[in-house]
Amino acid sequence: MAEKTFRLKIIAPERIFFEDDVTFVEFRTTEGDIGIYPEHIALTSIVSPGIIKIHTPSGEIKEAALLDGFSEILADQVTILAEAVEWPEEIDVHRAKEAQIRAERRIKAEEGDMDRAELALKRAIVRQTLAK
Amino acid sequence: MASMRDIKRRQVSVTSTQQITKAMKLVSTVKLQKAKARAERNKPYFNTLYKTICSILSKTEHMDHPYLQDNGSSRKAVIVITSNKGLAGGYNSNIVKEVVGAGFSTKDVDIYAVGRKGVEGLTRKGYRIVMDMSEAINNPLYKDALDITKQVLASYSDGEVGEIYMAYTNFKNTVTQEAKLIKLLPLSIDELPAVEDEDDRVLMNYEPEADEALDILIPKYIGNLLYGAFVEALASENGARMQAMDSATTNAENMIADLSLKYNRARQASITQELTEIIAGSEAISE
Repeated sequence: MAEKTFRLKIIAPERIFFEDDVTFVEFRTTEGDIGIYPEHIALTSIVSPGIIKIHTPSGEIKEAALLDGFSEILADQVTILAEAVEWPEEIDVHRAKEAQIRAERRIKAEEGDMDRAELALKRAIVRQTLAK
Repeated sequence: MASMRDIKRRQVSVTSTQQITKAMKLVSTVKLQKAKARAERNKPYFNTLYKTICSILSKTEHMDHPYLQDNGSSRKAVIVITSNKGLAGGYNSNIVKEVVGAGFSTKDVDIYAVGRKGVEGLTRKGYRIVMDMSEAINNPLYKDALDITKQVLASYSDGEVGEIYMAYTNFKNTVTQEAKLIKLLPLSIDELPAVEDEDDRVLMNYEPEADEALDILIPKYIGNLLYGAFVEALASENGARMQAMDSATTNAENMIADLSLKYNRARQASITQELTEIIAGSEAISE
């Protein structure tokens, strides 16, 4: 018997990043990591920087850096509106490294918007983890 | 009557102008195609975001969120999107007219300008420009829209401005562009056009709570609206320029036709005159 699937749409402002049937998807929200199988309860949640793992019906696992946005989860469809989402091969490691250093300096000096610096740091770390 | 040499000179100058306008038309046609494709690509994102916001707003009862209420300030922030270059027909002046015609008192308005032509036009009319992001319109990035959003939302939260508007040119099709002034904040539910919601039966859960979700979603929504306006304005600018240059090329063609007619007349006239002179001369000798 074929595994149950649901439609996953990841939409970025300038392109449709991903749209296909999948069996399972896992990503990080502001409330913690969540994994979604088909028939999930309706839920809208805010994305926190992390790695999204997409399980396709063929058993392949695709990974991408999902950095900002929010998701709308319905029983047969999951829509993620991502302001920033990247496949591993699109990530610029040097830039991420620099961003990490900048963010760390800001946090150390405790200047400016701390939440923003922390988010920037998280994003930089996620990008680097995935690119490796 | 102008001399033959004058007419010739005029003809040459009009021809070279026509070459320039023709080239500009071709360039803006290509740019228009690109901008149109870009505007199309943003649509799915925008529509989904819009639907989510509407469904949250329609399902939440207590509407005391600061973004939904008047904060008491009478100042208005207007984000004005124009172009950096002219020669686009009425494209820029229509936007300026739209802002001036909105009936706001000049003193009560803070202008967030994107596009040099808007800065020039509105400064002349006595408006206060608080931010100039003109570089952004050359090649609008999503980040630019977010930066501006952050700025205006900050001054909204501080109570410096009570209403936020956006003036941009809506791209209807290649020949029609429409200057528009729309209100961004405070968001009023009555002003949002109803969406037909197929998922009405589903009870949506929010994580975090709907209030907090709104806090995050509304800035995203405005940012995206702004980005959408950027790409539409870019398409409109090139559409307007294409049209302007097209009619300039046609006008130049008419002028050239007119001038060559005049040139030929002048040539004929001078030949006739020469002949008359020669004949008159030879007759005077033979007598």
